Amino acid sequence: MSESQETTASPDQTLYEKLGGEAAVNAAVDIFYRKVLGDYRINRFFDNSDMEKQAAKQKAFLTMAFGGPNNYNGQDMRNAHARLVKMGLNASHFDAVMEHLGATLTELNVPAELIGQAAAIAESTRNDVLGK
Amino acid sequence: MRSITIGESTFSCQPDETVLETLLRENVKVPNGCRQGLCQACLMRSLDNSPPASAQVGLKDTLQKQKYFLACVCRPERNMTVALPNQQGASIEAGVIKKQRLTPDIIRLVLEYQTPFNFFAGQFVNLKRADGLTRSYSIANIPKNDNILEFHIRRLPNGQFSSWVHDELEPGAQLTLSEAQGSCHYLSGRAEQPLMLIGTGSGLAPLYGILADALAQDHSGPIHLYHGSRDLNGLYFVEEMRELAAEFDNFHYTSCVSGDASESDHVKGRAHDIALSSIETLKGWRVFLCGHPEMVNQSKRMAFMKGASIADIYADAFHVMQDKK
Ligand SMILES: Cc1cc2nc3c(=O)[nH]c(=O)nc-3n(C[C@H](O)[C@H](O)[C@H](O)COP(=O)(O)OP(=O)(O)OC[C@H]3O[C@@H](n4cnc5c(N)ncnc54)[C@H](O)[C@@H]3O)c2cc1C
Ligand code: HEM
Ligand code: FES
Repeated sequence: MSESQETTASPDQTLYEKLGGEAAVNAAVDIFYRKVLGDYRINRFFDNSDMEKQAAKQKAFLTMAFGGPNNYNGQDMRNAHARLVKMGLNASHFDAVMEHLGATLTELNVPAELIGQAAAIAESTRNDVLGK
Repeated sequence: MRSITIGESTFSCQPDETVLETLLRENVKVPNGCRQGLCQACLMRSLDNSPPASAQVGLKDTLQKQKYFLACVCRPERNMTVALPNQQGASIEAGVIKKQRLTPDIIRLVLEYQTPFNFFAGQFVNLKRADGLTRSYSIANIPKNDNILEFHIRRLPNGQFSSWVHDELEPGAQLTLSEAQGSCHYLSGRAEQPLMLIGTGSGLAPLYGILADALAQDHSGPIHLYHGSRDLNGLYFVEEMRELAAEFDNFHYTSCVSGDASESDHVKGRAHDIALSSIETLKGWRVFLCGHPEMVNQSKRMAFMKGASIADIYADAFHVMQDKK
């Protein structure tokens, strides 16, 4: 996915800026990662031997979903998750991650409209993440 | 134009180039991923000047202090000498000045060095004996002006290095030391933050240093230390810790034995189970975990799920296989 410049009411602010930028990612990452690790449906994908590195990757995920600056394209998403697809990653797991993304943002009191926009960005990677 | 030195080679960094771009252009292998300062795959360390603060965003505070940075977002402000995280820097010599048996299983080893040496209590060094056999050991003391390093070394059954330390190493002998490594140590600031220290066996070594550091820097928040072992031979400094707890109102000490230790005045059970079930939440706490790798990994996850932030969890797993760091 290329840089997303989603716009809403005030056209001069990106979604990333509206959400609060890097500070928002930092606030969200622990909450999100805790939900993922606590979810028996998907936690086997998140090997925890190096939690620090794993958390950094979840930060990359959130930055991307928030429409923040990133250099990932569709192929990168395919490559990053190819190992997981081999482990059996499928649509139900993708849905679980979407659930946690929404719940994390709700917990942080993000307005529903912005949550919808972040979810749409994440959703747009579905085929690449699932290697379809 | 800035230059970047790595190992024996020096390259010039083109205007606007990042350290990562320069090194990759020169065919130096540097792991990388996002190239946006997010995934931390390109972690490197500056051996001389402090890196630009913008290249340290998101790194653990202890790593920042040790001049680690992300190569993909580092546009050098001056010339830099850099290394990959696992690249060894200079080594120094140190002599054994004291060897003291604390329990049948644990030796306190005190070394004295002559060349300048920088470290934080709780970091580890690789100790190398004359034939090249090398093992990592954690530093149990804080830097003073006495050029001394203290280690607690546990004897492992048929362990090559630890048995040699226990049975053969004598005062007067020389050892080679790597530079101090690792990010499991105390940093001043946030003095009121509660601290949770959990260690098994000689995992007390780094915690002992971290505790001394925190107390010396007037840490005012509560400090809870849980030291555990399967049997009594892995527990040491019990009296000393109890005295410290009597002296400092904010320091609390619990010794735990998970195996058979009836008749003893230690809490029965595994240190991390007892520690982590003793409190409702670890939200806002700083957590230090040292010793048995399984204990460390389990506790990391448990502490995180209990509310501690990843950035506030510091850990040293005492992996026994030498090549696997
Ligand atoms: C960051 C870090 C910090 C550390 N800090 C400390 C510290 O402060 N204090 C401390 O005491 N230790 C510490 N350690 C552990 C230390 O580095 C050594 O691993 C430990 O002392 C064992 O080394 P050894 O040479 O005695 O044992 P090794 O010879 O390496 O053997 C380790 C164990 O494996 C067994 N073993 C070896 N080969 C075989 C085989 N072929 N088959 C079956 N079993 C085998 C041995 O019997 C022994 O029990 C630390 C480790 C790390 C990574
Ligand atoms: C919802 C859309 C998703 C997006 C946008 C996304 C994005 C990302 C990004 C950017 C990375 C970091 C890649 C890198 O630099 O190495 C990553 C890694 C990872 N993702 Fe996703 N991801 C998504 C869905 C999922 C799902 C559904 C799972 C599993 C249930 C998952 C599990 C992982 C894991 C385990 C890693 C780390 C891989 C490794 O160890 O290298 N992701 N993801
Ligand atoms: S390559 Fe991801 S942080 Fe540098």
